[in-house]
Amino acid sequence: MASLVGSRVERKEDKRFLTGKGRYTADINLANQTYAIFVRSPHARASIKKLNIDKALKSSGVVSILTGKEIADDKIGGLIAGWAIRSEDGTEMKCPGNPPLAKDNVNFVGDPVAVVIAESLAEAKEAAEKVEVDYKVLKAVTSTADAMNGDTIHEGIDKNLCFDWLLGDRQKVKEAFDKADKVISIDIINNRLIPNAMEPRACVADYNAASEEITLYTTSQNPHLSRLIMSAFGNVAPEHKLRVVAPDVGGGFGSKINVYNEDIVCSWAAKKINRAIKWVAERSESFLTDIHGRDHVTHAELAVTKDGKFLGFKNETIANLGAYARVFGTVTPTYLFGPCATGVYEIPAAYTNVKAVYTNTAPVDAYRGAGRPEATYTIERLVEKASMELGIDKTELRIKNFPTAFPFKQTLVHTVDSGDYVAGMEKAKQMADYKGFEARRKESEAKGKLRGIGVTSYFEACGIAPSAAVMSLGCGVGLWESAEVRFNPTGQVTVYTGSHSHGQSHQTTFAQIAADELGVPIENIDIVHGDTDKGTFGMGTYGSRSLAVGGIAIVNACKKIVEKGKRVTAKMLEANPEDVEFKDGEFIVSKSNKKKTIGEVAFACYLPGVRDEMKSPLPEGDEPGLKETSFYDPSNFSFPAGTHIAEVEIDPETGQVKLEKYTACDDFGRIINPMVVEGQVHGGLAQGIGQALYENAEYDETGQLMTGSYMDYTMPRADNFPEFNIGYTCTHATTNPLGVKGCGEAGAIAAPPTVMNAVIDALGGQEVTMPATAEKVWKACKNLKKSNAKAA
Amino acid sequence: MGKISLEVNGRKVEKEAPDNTLLSTFLREYLQLTGTHIGCDTSQCGACVVHVDGNSLKSCTALAADVNGSKVTTIEGLETNGKMHPMQEAFKKLHGLQCGFCTPGMVMSAVDLLQKNKKPSDTEIRDWLEGNICRCTGYQNIVAAVKEAATKI
Repeated sequence: MASLVGSRVERKEDKRFLTGKGRYTADINLANQTYAIFVRSPHARASIKKLNIDKALKSSGVVSILTGKEIADDKIGGLIAGWAIRSEDGTEMKCPGNPPLAKDNVNFVGDPVAVVIAESLAEAKEAAEKVEVDYKVLKAVTSTADAMNGDTIHEGIDKNLCFDWLLGDRQKVKEAFDKADKVISIDIINNRLIPNAMEPRACVADYNAASEEITLYTTSQNPHLSRLIMSAFGNVAPEHKLRVVAPDVGGGFGSKINVYNEDIVCSWAAKKINRAIKWVAERSESFLTDIHGRDHVTHAELAVTKDGKFLGFKNETIANLGAYARVFGTVTPTYLFGPCATGVYEIPAAYTNVKAVYTNTAPVDAYRGAGRPEATYTIERLVEKASMELGIDKTELRIKNFPTAFPFKQTLVHTVDSGDYVAGMEKAKQMADYKGFEARRKESEAKGKLRGIGVTSYFEACGIAPSAAVMSLGCGVGLWESAEVRFNPTGQVTVYTGSHSHGQSHQTTFAQIAADELGVPIENIDIVHGDTDKGTFGMGTYGSRSLAVGGIAIVNACKKIVEKGKRVTAKMLEANPEDVEFKDGEFIVSKSNKKKTIGEVAFACYLPGVRDEMKSPLPEGDEPGLKETSFYDPSNFSFPAGTHIAEVEIDPETGQVKLEKYTACDDFGRIINPMVVEGQVHGGLAQGIGQALYENAEYDETGQLMTGSYMDYTMPRADNFPEFNIGYTCTHATTNPLGVKGCGEAGAIAAPPTVMNAVIDALGGQEVTMPATAEKVWKACKNLKKSNAKAA
Repeated sequence: MGKISLEVNGRKVEKEAPDNTLLSTFLREYLQLTGTHIGCDTSQCGACVVHVDGNSLKSCTALAADVNGSKVTTIEGLETNGKMHPMQEAFKKLHGLQCGFCTPGMVMSAVDLLQKNKKPSDTEIRDWLEGNICRCTGYQNIVAAVKEAATKI
């Protein structure tokens, strides 16, 4: 039987999506449902003097109006930060309470203060207009760089500082810098982004008074984790009385990891009114209240010798958390950022210091790449600048500092098990025709255009994450994953996974894995996910973890099935279990060549007497049935890596940047489905290029979001991209049985510095901040003209 | 309230709906045709594209009353006798979709492109799809799918 792993298998999920039969949360309507509209703060920072719902209550169709007072009275808990981070001085991080409905203070535009529940959406909207809130508007803090000098947002949190965290050794770094021939320094801003999954967030909450069970349908990347948080911290209901279902989810990119205010409020309120409640975000609500990403201000320095060896690295970063610290809010700018900031290089001494600050803006949390794009941008902009200042070719300088052997003990935290960075670089250069660039630059110049080339070599720590490691780093839970593989008596297989697809193709790729492991045709395998009532507890999908963690749990559960199958076959065929081999769906007794198919074995496990003689095929100690569960906890992170090369052409008259070529050469370890991986790379690149050239979330000084719709926030469109040139090198991960590493975030990690290095190369080394809009680039072109004229 | 009469996916429908009902709302809430998606509130994203009298239209830009009497085709009406349209087949074959949310609008828009331009170039495809936002695919496989479909129609 041909192996499915490694094959371009078309997706099982596609037909329903292509024919309009996908079932997203907003498509769900329950009998007798009501509609919720949230009343949100129009101010970035204010105290609530008075909230009057009398008029609104009299509005047509209103069922109930609930405020921060009721939610506090019912002792419903707030939203939480999932990782405890300690400051350099040993003190605990400082997190404010974050009630699902604000009672006394609001801290960003969009912070909800009340929910209006009515018989129809139109009536809920009309009544919401009649809720009167008397605010005392306070001065907002919005600037990342200046947040520590602003008014105190949360009582008791001085300087708006959540933590001041250090990773690394300042003294060693000082010594390294003392020995340096040259210090390259850079100031960069990692622009704030809005994830913008195309499906706006939504939830439908239902209460069954007979079973006393709440069911929440919601747009979540991790329904089990949501249930745990809502139960353990939100006090909404005990876990066995709370079912969370995430049906088809229309993209997430990190924005649907968090439990949100609306999930808690609708679940709690559904029980209170004993009716189903539906809430669907309008896009403008998504812009205001979905978590945002990035938003760092960084000063970094690299100490080098004159022949280009890296000696030391310093990274001083201010990270904006927004108004509150959410689930991955505190780990994103620390452990997901700091260790990766030294990049793919051997740097003997390094430190990363992060000051995480609160501002009156939407909470900032994990967005595709989460910390690693910021890390890669820092080091790769710095290395590119070093190559310019040292006059060493940008690819040679990188190669000179790559690790020469694996495992590679990276400067801070990680031991990278496998990789071949030189091979990746060489292949990328060939794919991009790096040698031919100077000729292309001349051609562009002849047309009056500026051409630049940019390189990035990256690695990332993903497959989040080994429990022992994450717990030692302050996370309250281990990030293992579970799988349950269940045979029906007649031989089809259902695989329950705790991972959850919001576009990643699990129904296909996980089925490929199970098909190979069990020798069962892929069409007889179903993948079930996204429902806390179906399958074992799971951690969900983010951090490129589904395959490298969830996929391995499936493999391990399948292996248990095969082991039991061997024992059962041995009993059925009167052989020793050690003599039974399993291949392509058949159990074969090596000595006699007698065999049983896995289907026959499954049947016998459930219905022993029907086919064979009336005696049990079950060995002593084995129970009937054929179903196995595995909880897989990885021993290490996985470390995808690669080199990307971009070429841009700039029209100095208009400042327009045209991305001419984009080459990505990645090492994702073993690839399960090349078609799916290619799609993940394309999508990541589009988001990374979007950050570099188009996207930016901007607040004004009063805390109003200036980019709150698709009219103002530039989403990359089809005509913004060239055809991407994608290739791979392959070193298998040594820390998991499939040898896989993860691919979902690579594009978003590598693309921003790759594109910006090309833009800045074209501009003769002039720094431009992301996004490199026509206006900024045009100004830089004018400067370039002036300095060229001076030089002449 | 007013009476809306349409032919949707070959079936005559007649419903009473408030005058301010958008076509997208009418399709989703009155006809339960939830394949037409709502991804924004400014008519930018294109997830709601349907065909009205043969031309693509963002169904959130029109009132149901505006198109009264028209023939509407939604993503649910693109199959014939249970067989997917060549555009749907091409999207499947070339992985032109991931989460599937923008897909119905993207497919309906692309089908209309091929009605108007039988052999579009890459640039023409990218220009035409400028009004359909996809956050997952980076568009490359969508462009490839449209080209593939053009060879089959």
